[in-house]
Amino acid sequence: MSVLVIAEHDNAELKPATLSTVTAGLQLGEVDIFVAGSDCGSVAEAAARIPGVGKVLKADAADLKEGLAENIAPLIVELTSSYSHVLAAATTDGKNILPRVAALIDVAQISEITEVVDADTFIRPIFAGNAMATVKSSDGIKIITVRTTAFEAAPAEGGSAGVEDLTGTTDAGLSKFVSQELTVSERPELTSAKIVISGGRGMQSGDNFPMLEEIADKLGAAVGASRAAVDAGFVPNDYQVGQTGKVVAPELYIAVGISGAIQHLAGMKDSKVIVAINKDEEAPIFQVADYGLAADLFDAVPALSAELDKS
Amino acid sequence: MKVLVGVKRVVDYNVKIRVNSEQTAVETANVKMSMNPFDEIAVEEGIRLKEAGIADELIAVSVGPTQSQETIRTALAMGADRGILVETDVMTEPLAVAKCLKALIEKEAPDLVIVGKQAIDDDANQTGQMLAALMGWSQGTFASNLELNDGTLKVTREVDGGLQTVDLKMPAIVTTDLRLNEPRYASLPNIMKAKKKPIDVTNPDELGVDVSPRLTVLKVEEPPKRQAGVMVEDVAQLVDKLRNEAKVI
Repeated sequence: MSVLVIAEHDNAELKPATLSTVTAGLQLGEVDIFVAGSDCGSVAEAAARIPGVGKVLKADAADLKEGLAENIAPLIVELTSSYSHVLAAATTDGKNILPRVAALIDVAQISEITEVVDADTFIRPIFAGNAMATVKSSDGIKIITVRTTAFEAAPAEGGSAGVEDLTGTTDAGLSKFVSQELTVSERPELTSAKIVISGGRGMQSGDNFPMLEEIADKLGAAVGASRAAVDAGFVPNDYQVGQTGKVVAPELYIAVGISGAIQHLAGMKDSKVIVAINKDEEAPIFQVADYGLAADLFDAVPALSAELDKS
Repeated sequence: MKVLVGVKRVVDYNVKIRVNSEQTAVETANVKMSMNPFDEIAVEEGIRLKEAGIADELIAVSVGPTQSQETIRTALAMGADRGILVETDVMTEPLAVAKCLKALIEKEAPDLVIVGKQAIDDDANQTGQMLAALMGWSQGTFASNLELNDGTLKVTREVDGGLQTVDLKMPAIVTTDLRLNEPRYASLPNIMKAKKKPIDVTNPDELGVDVSPRLTVLKVEEPPKRQAGVMVEDVAQLVDKLRNEAKVI
């Protein structure tokens, strides 16, 4: 089996999601990595240092800078004939690009796998993770997105794979990048943070989120939110944890003022330790929490902040 | 401009699903079914384009069993002009749905196709991207805003790090994210009016599409249950437990 992993990166750094995808890939066979970007040499070098990687294929062109699916998918299609499996992290980039690849080679994609059973068989969540389906693919090439929280990150250092440059046309002429507004934060990324503190509808206003940020800064945590808090306009969508947002599985997840709708649980129930703070003792979040505190968050959160200062 | 939207009949958002006793599927008998919430957003966006005078016809398409007519009827009650059902009892995969939609696009020649970013049953998040690939069209996935000027569609996309805006060459495929709009409820008069709107019924054979699944579902299981933990008295006890018992801070 030979596996192609599509690198997740921002042209400067290889993202940790790639390391988890490599782990899934190594369970299937030998792994090569494809890096598509612009001035992405440092990313290709980082990919080459992952132990177990055979080679890194790099396509470096201005049209590939912003990860447009219309431009990147045809490049991956050209590579597919040499591989039995093509894997990408189930990030917004992976989800955007890989189905386009799958359709171009007439293959059914297997989305967000959480387990590799064998070369043809995979486990994936359906219905917001309320059921797990074991599916077997009859396609010659498997196109797969990987739920990164389900696979340990591969080591980032220790390998010394070669880097090959690919050339060819890179502008499909269908789409153009205009602009981006990325959330700038000093805190860790939500999907790779060891601790996440999330707020829900109970926060009442975006003005109250600094309370959570204060705790986050004391714990080195990322700040997330439930869909209710995002829909209410408290925080932007990239904070959203759940079925339609991000899936996280940190060491510690602190849910503040979150009732625990199944769609939210879908995004965080694999966290190692879950803490829930909610004034409603009947809130469903307490059924999955390791430690529950039935209290008004506007009392409990400042108290938590003060308690963390005591050593 | 003609707009086509895809609507899928799924187990209602609020239903707590159960795996059947044979562990082969999720129980759907006697369960409330509704339009996939992301597809409601697609229909709403199509209606708004009509109301803005940009679109002149809105067609709602569903691929699924006979009962999917109800889902199309909901789209008609919201404001779509007519419906097309591609009738099949096969549990169609996104690739098969994309092929059916492609066949319909070749007949109907829409300028814009809007579908939900994912269906809340299989959570695949594939159909729109696959359709764009099969058509050789541009794709604006996870859209939170659309703006049409001079044959270019400006799409704001919700990406992991924030927002990305792209210009798409038309015709284009858009997949909806939650913040694109808030779908309306159909009013009673519109529900009555929708009963008179036409729904054409075709099937994959007529369209020349092979919808046989490529994936075999070997087993469907409940995920491992998380045991409820303990309630703590106060914040001091909570911090103590996190420090000394769970050792996570």
